[in-house]
Amino acid sequence: MESEILIEASELSRSYGQQRAVENVSFNVHRGEILGFLGPNGAGKSTTMQIISGIVAANHGSVSIAGHDINDTPKKAKQHIGFLPEQPPLYLDLTVDEYLHFAAKLRGLRGSELSEAVTISKQRCGLEQSGSRLINNLSKGYKQRVGIAQAIVHSPSVIILDEPTSGLDPIQIREIRDLMRELSEDHSVILSTHILSEVQSLCSRVLIINQGNIVLDQSIQNLQGDQNNPDSIIIGLHNPPLPEELLGLDGVMSVENISENTFRVNFEEGIDATQSIIKKAVKQDWGLYKLNPDDNSLELTFMRLTQGDDPSQMTAANLEQDNEDTHNE
Amino acid sequence: MNNILLIAGNELRRLFKSPLAWIILAVVQFLIAMFFYLLIQQYAQPANAGQGITAVVVSGMYQIAGVIMLLVSPLLTMRLLTEERRSGTIKLLFSSPLSITELILGKYLGITAFYGLMLVMISLMPAALLFGTPLDLGQITAALIGLILLMSSFAAIGLFISSLTSQPGIAAISTFGVLFILWIINAAGTNSSEGTAAVFAYLSLLTHYNNLLNGVFNSADVVFYCLVSLLFIVLSIWRLDAERSFG
Repeated sequence: MESEILIEASELSRSYGQQRAVENVSFNVHRGEILGFLGPNGAGKSTTMQIISGIVAANHGSVSIAGHDINDTPKKAKQHIGFLPEQPPLYLDLTVDEYLHFAAKLRGLRGSELSEAVTISKQRCGLEQSGSRLINNLSKGYKQRVGIAQAIVHSPSVIILDEPTSGLDPIQIREIRDLMRELSEDHSVILSTHILSEVQSLCSRVLIINQGNIVLDQSIQNLQGDQNNPDSIIIGLHNPPLPEELLGLDGVMSVENISENTFRVNFEEGIDATQSIIKKAVKQDWGLYKLNPDDNSLELTFMRLTQGDDPSQMTAANLEQDNEDTHNE
Repeated sequence: MNNILLIAGNELRRLFKSPLAWIILAVVQFLIAMFFYLLIQQYAQPANAGQGITAVVVSGMYQIAGVIMLLVSPLLTMRLLTEERRSGTIKLLFSSPLSITELILGKYLGITAFYGLMLVMISLMPAALLFGTPLDLGQITAALIGLILLMSSFAAIGLFISSLTSQPGIAAISTFGVLFILWIINAAGTNSSEGTAAVFAYLSLLTHYNNLLNGVFNSADVVFYCLVSLLFIVLSIWRLDAERSFG
């Protein structure tokens, strides 16, 4: 069942002077979805997020939030947005309580609704003890939490977070991830990050943007492939054979040297060669000590889409080429 | 309206959280008190017999207050929008259901309210004279209206200039330059023809203030200050709007 579309961005373009930051970007986000926004630095992630939150106007294209166009009815649309920019937008001379009250009032909350909302968002971000502290005196992680609390205080249907876990310690990162999972149940969340594993563990969909264009828009399941029928595995061998021996096995398409003893073995489509590798390793005494499923497919896709082909990849074809070259010498 | 008051309230609260506002209040009060004392001394001289105390002491004090505000106002307005930009809080404001007009009006109202407070504190000094002597309350009212109008046009000009940059220092010195030019622009017309001189005199913030200080309540002077404020408020709104679309 398709759920309600909360963010509808169509054909967004934006340039700064001659510099094209975002070009023809379109996507939708449904209720209950966590969309991961990936891309190298300067790819246009922040610009896109700022266009969606109405901070920057697009040169072309339109954004509609929960059915309200951000340019035609900005007040209605922005009521549904909670935005955390890269640098949390904090008034350092206010206390956490004063700041959150201000943020909630800005979004139109008043009276008992207001204090309740502030209490809940403080609870969710672990700020119960910090209410009367001056924001300036908080550590970076706590400032980040205040920034998140500000974005969710009015429980908006659309939560946009630009690198929400930067500057947090591992425990806080886990807490924030749990929080985002909880929030995504009845909101939609867009988050940008540099951490690929974060996207893998958290997001339901991935959007990769490069040089202002969307180069990938796919659900995370499609991207990670079928775990029961992997495309590749990572093996560790104490006495590694020559790569061509591995390549000679049935169903092996290519072998990639990760370190001296570790290899990524890519299978031909639809064939799982794991069994034959294990048998061969035991027979030939390769000293197999590690056999891991390869969960780097997102990283590979990211590299391929943003930098062209991965040069360390050794395919059967160019390996043969290399061998011929050595023989000729 | 709610939003305007919210922004104004936030502005005032944050002003009083910073030591700058308190120190400015204290220094301004001290300087004006000093001049007030000197003016009373001067009034007590036998040579000045026959002049009214309102004309010498009260108008003299408000005259000085205008000059001091010219120096102090840029320091108060410099951070209005520059700081929002530097700290990124402008993104919170822009992504909230708040129009740019409401934002600018709120900021303007906030800083004008602070100026109003300064004015009340300054005016306590001439009010103290009421215990000893009758004053020309009409002239004082005109002077008060003049000073608040003058200060609110300072505020509008400062607000606009702070919307142009993200460096408070640049905003402060540019605002000071603009205010100073508008203050003495009447001097530019002294050697030219009568018509030109009249234009320059009309543009000067000082001439209109002097009229009101002397107790001449001319609606043209009031309209002049209102127009200056309005012009710079509209320019600030345009500027922020343009930043959103083209910046």
